[in-house]
Amino acid sequence: MVAQIIQTNPTPFQKIVIDPITLDIIENALRNARAEMDATLFRTAMSPGIREQGDAFPLIANHEGKMVVGQFGSFLGGFLKNYKGTIEEGDVIWLSDPYSVEGAISHLNDWLIILPVFHDGRLVAWTCHFGHQTDVGGKVPGSLPTDATSIFQEGIRIPPIKLYRKGVLNEDVLELVLNNTRTRDWCRSDLNAIIASCRIAGRRIVEMCKRFQTDIYISAVDELLERNKRAMAKLIETSISTDKVSFEDYICDDGRGFGPYKLRATMWREGEKVILDWEGTSPQSESSINFYLNENMLKMFFGIYMIMVFDPQILFNDGFYDLVETRIPEGSLLKPKYPAALSCRTHGIGRVFDVLGALLGQRTPEFLNAAGFSSSPHLMLSGSYRGSGKYYQLFQIGFGGIPGRPFGDGPDGHSLWPNFTNVPNEFLEAYFPLRIERYETIPDSGGPGLHRGGNGVRISYRFLEPGAIAIHDDRWFTYPWGVNGGEPGWRSRRVLIRANGVEEVLAAKIDDIQVRPGDLLIFDTWGGGGWGDPLARDPALVATDVKRGLVTVDGAKRYGVVIAADGSVDAVATAALRDELVTKRGEIGLFNFGGTIDELRERCLTETGLPAPKDPSLQNSVLLETAAA
Amino acid sequence: MAYRLGVDVGGTFTDLLLIEDETGETFRDKVPSTPHDPSVAVVNGTLKICAKAKIDPKDVQLFMHGTTVATNTVLTSTGAKVGLVTTDGYRQVLHIARSFVPGGLAGWIVWNKPPLTAPLESTVEVPERIGADGSIVTPLDEAALRTALEGLKKEGIEALTISFINAYRNDVHEKRAGEIARDIFPDLPISLSSEVLPEMQEYERALTTVANSYVRPRVANYVRNLKAELNKAGMNGQMNLLRSDAGLMSFEKAQDHPVNLLMSGPAGGVAGAMWVCGKSGFGNLLTVDVGGTSTDVALIENGQPRLARETECGDLKVRATSLDIRTVGAGGGSIAFVPELTKALRVGPASAGAVPGPVCYSRGGTKPTVTDANVVLGYLPEELLGGTMRLDRPAASASVQVIADTLGISVQEAANGIYSIANETMMGALRLISVQQGYDPRDFALVAFGGAGPLHANALGKLLGSWPVIVPPSPGVLCAFGDATTRLRAERAKSIGKPFPDVSNQSVADVLRELHAAVSKELLAEGVPVAEQEISFEAGVRYSGQAFEVSLPVALDGFAADGLENLGAAFDKEHERLFTFCLESDRELVTVRATALGKASAIKLEKLPEGNGDPSAAKVRDHAIWADGQEHPAVIYDRAKLKAGDRVIGPAIICEMDSTTVLLPDHVAEVDPYGLILIRPLAAQ
Repeated sequence: MVAQIIQTNPTPFQKIVIDPITLDIIENALRNARAEMDATLFRTAMSPGIREQGDAFPLIANHEGKMVVGQFGSFLGGFLKNYKGTIEEGDVIWLSDPYSVEGAISHLNDWLIILPVFHDGRLVAWTCHFGHQTDVGGKVPGSLPTDATSIFQEGIRIPPIKLYRKGVLNEDVLELVLNNTRTRDWCRSDLNAIIASCRIAGRRIVEMCKRFQTDIYISAVDELLERNKRAMAKLIETSISTDKVSFEDYICDDGRGFGPYKLRATMWREGEKVILDWEGTSPQSESSINFYLNENMLKMFFGIYMIMVFDPQILFNDGFYDLVETRIPEGSLLKPKYPAALSCRTHGIGRVFDVLGALLGQRTPEFLNAAGFSSSPHLMLSGSYRGSGKYYQLFQIGFGGIPGRPFGDGPDGHSLWPNFTNVPNEFLEAYFPLRIERYETIPDSGGPGLHRGGNGVRISYRFLEPGAIAIHDDRWFTYPWGVNGGEPGWRSRRVLIRANGVEEVLAAKIDDIQVRPGDLLIFDTWGGGGWGDPLARDPALVATDVKRGLVTVDGAKRYGVVIAADGSVDAVATAALRDELVTKRGEIGLFNFGGTIDELRERCLTETGLPAPKDPSLQNSVLLETAAA
Repeated sequence: MAYRLGVDVGGTFTDLLLIEDETGETFRDKVPSTPHDPSVAVVNGTLKICAKAKIDPKDVQLFMHGTTVATNTVLTSTGAKVGLVTTDGYRQVLHIARSFVPGGLAGWIVWNKPPLTAPLESTVEVPERIGADGSIVTPLDEAALRTALEGLKKEGIEALTISFINAYRNDVHEKRAGEIARDIFPDLPISLSSEVLPEMQEYERALTTVANSYVRPRVANYVRNLKAELNKAGMNGQMNLLRSDAGLMSFEKAQDHPVNLLMSGPAGGVAGAMWVCGKSGFGNLLTVDVGGTSTDVALIENGQPRLARETECGDLKVRATSLDIRTVGAGGGSIAFVPELTKALRVGPASAGAVPGPVCYSRGGTKPTVTDANVVLGYLPEELLGGTMRLDRPAASASVQVIADTLGISVQEAANGIYSIANETMMGALRLISVQQGYDPRDFALVAFGGAGPLHANALGKLLGSWPVIVPPSPGVLCAFGDATTRLRAERAKSIGKPFPDVSNQSVADVLRELHAAVSKELLAEGVPVAEQEISFEAGVRYSGQAFEVSLPVALDGFAADGLENLGAAFDKEHERLFTFCLESDRELVTVRATALGKASAIKLEKLPEGNGDPSAAKVRDHAIWADGQEHPAVIYDRAKLKAGDRVIGPAIICEMDSTTVLLPDHVAEVDPYGLILIRPLAAQ
């Protein structure tokens, strides 16, 4: 630890044996404090991204910076290791530069607040929170340029600085940063909301120290971490083999015509430790799809997936970190070298989840989930009203199909991101110059399976004022794969229909497409993959899906189900069709990718209306070499 | 002479409270509840109490009733099959919902999506479109609507909802569609979103309106039958139901808007606690209502309960004003267990319910519950006063022993652990409504009721520092008090939705005056003369861009001069209190609201006979309880025999027919003149 903590009370904490009841009570109280962080944020934030969609992540850590409650693991390790200054009571740290904290946050839009919590002159905890800002400056509205070649094009970079020094606000620096964003009021208010939520959690921790005594609180939190480690150790020992398993998946393209980029991981157990090795992952990209994957965050992703797949009762914290070792090659897509562009890393995060799911389930297909909505396609819209000249800017995250699961069908049009919600269309229409003409899930887009993958969503945006849109999307080239006999879901697609009727398929990652009043954007997100043999699905369930408009009569045939004119199952025709399909398809594989990369390339233009991406190894690497030097 | 009658339907008994309006004289009675048709007990009880008071039922001018018919319809999924008509392109508005998946990161792996209240097969979409500004973008296609509705006939729907996009701005299409639907379904109740909830957000509006339709046939049926029976018995007075927000609504209105009744039952308890404690001078209250599977908590400040804009009932979360009651899954029946991997002690949310119930009930329950822990600790004596049931203490002890063995602690320690963790969960809910809203629980008294509330009251008071802890007399009577003492209420709001610089003091004052006239007129129509009305105003303010507003009281007097300046300053102060900061951004006036209240009843509470401070005449027997890591000798008292001014020193157990109060060591319980038990730490005496 480089950061120097200034404590006026040098008394070391005393280790106290905690009875299990007090421990559970403190755990509950911490969970309540975390819930208060969320509530405070949503009530006071202003940007639709945070207040409506919930794109923000709270965390409470122990005095050493290990996450005790939260969701993405501790943001603190990289900060404490690299921050050269002092930490004193009343300080509030603010930062946004991923390179300053080893990727604890992964692009400049995420503003992170770190608040040290002191009690009686001793550091007892940290509370942190980061939220996605609608705009942090840079070359495009929204600050997520698909074609950026360095982080300098992606907005203002805030290194770890003291926004408050011993309780005193540094107004000049705040002003400097706000002056660099296009959405000053939202940023100001969202930042306040984030700080307020950290302060509230800080108060709760101080109250707990008073209620239980500081030594008991500190020992209890240690024990919570230890308890989690014990549980995970057992889980790892029983569920992870010493044999190596590998899996690879792809990010379809980089926004500059190259792709797909490979994410490859190999997992095995050595003693009580799990190794996650990302050898074989593509080299970093020249554009902004790089995902600076923080090692601790990866451990947390792994841990949470492990817990959810095998035993959802366990509450997760950082306690098990020693049990996981991560190896990420330098200069790869997951550990790009400064100053590589990072803004569009969302696809990388999503794909890491798909890869982890596949690794964990490969040896135990009954626990394996299909691929799903492992990204969050973004739509950005900005412009000025013709009459008033007033500027408007929207950042919206889309959702799609949850994959087919051992547990059952994947819900249609839902979010895989924790606590995220969609933006009400009436809200969008009231505050932005657009009309949402259709908002529905796309029949047949979920992969067929014994458990059907969830359908993707179609949103039709009619633009009412001139403006520009930007899109970040993926899974338009590779399929959301099915498992255990389940088929892939449909891929994403974006069609812009001009007011004069001219249609154009839009690339998945684009900036600055001018739109005019009357233009219509049809944005289809992708479906989840199917789970298990679709020919074994109860025909009555298929008929219900047809009746509900979630599967078409034609789509039902992919389940080998023939629907009669009155909507009922034609049992005889169904039996015949199923017999025929069983013979035709041959053996069922563990994964169904919908074809090899070469096959997908071959069919790309015909099937998607877009040219296939070019092999990334062919691109000009001058920029990278410059960067490395 | 004029009377008002409050009736509360509980699981076991239906409680009645009759009040003579002028003198405030009261009569109480109870009859066994009739769960197959609750109205039977209501009518029987009404006749019985009228006979007891020697009055004719026609002398009852105000009949007030809290009902759980709507709540139970939702909780048991026995509502109507609802048809839904949406705007073209929005058939799946309920299916997609807000895309929210609970459970945090990877929660989707194990989430079970609940079924829709209006299934997709009985949802149709029709061409029509209103813009965000209220303009007609696409006219309603009446022919298509007729075809779609005819198609719904074969689905056998029992209620219909119409919810169009932006109908909160302009209801013309919904109104017309409603007329056409009435042509096709002359006998079905039809709910329009623009009537039930004229607010932005298509999902929440559609869901709330569908929920209204879902409970409507059952509520309407209940209300119609009850009215007919009461009429037959000779009662012709004004008949009202208690709404979720503890206001009253007429039987007629309840048939159209039953979604406002989802919290009617719990609201009665809160209203009753508020009234009873108010009589003894306690205006700041935290209420805790502990039932079998869950605990409801609410906050009352200066005699006014806090209101919430949402009502949660089971899986359903609708936009309907209700008392800000938070529910957590910890109650007497909550099951304790120790997960294999973590070896942590967990309590709930799974519950043993009424069947099989806690182990000590001997109804087949085998898993240790909070009630069993209470038995092991001696907090619940085996013999309940007036109860027909004997609790099986050895069986409860054996079930808790399993937990104790897994954790390697004694059976008492395990029982105390279960008890403490249940308390902690309840306290989490109490924190949400107090600390999280910026209130210090130490400024509040804690009032506990419900079957198990008084078992946990003293312990919760210790955790929160809320003194005194108040245990009012039996829970059923408390709810009947809430029903009977509720005042008639009329409320009107107007959306403003403009930043402060765009409105003037004068224009807001004009709106307030307009609202004043409207609520006053409404109450007059319900028979409350203007002189007896009490009118208040509220404004919802936020910083432009925020999603939630803060409600603040405003006065009409003087508003035209400097109302906005004062309101702005009050808002900044409140925002700072709630959220630790305020902003220099523009403030936005979101809504203004006027509320008119009818006259409060002049109810006179009976006082207990004065005692000499010594409770020994009420002693039942000696007993022992476990607390603070050891066993203590304790005494069991009969609450019915305690007199005003009696002081009981803890540890002790105070029993009455339908509840038991635990008094912990180092605490003292004082009986106040109205029969409340007031618990305080001994040291503070």
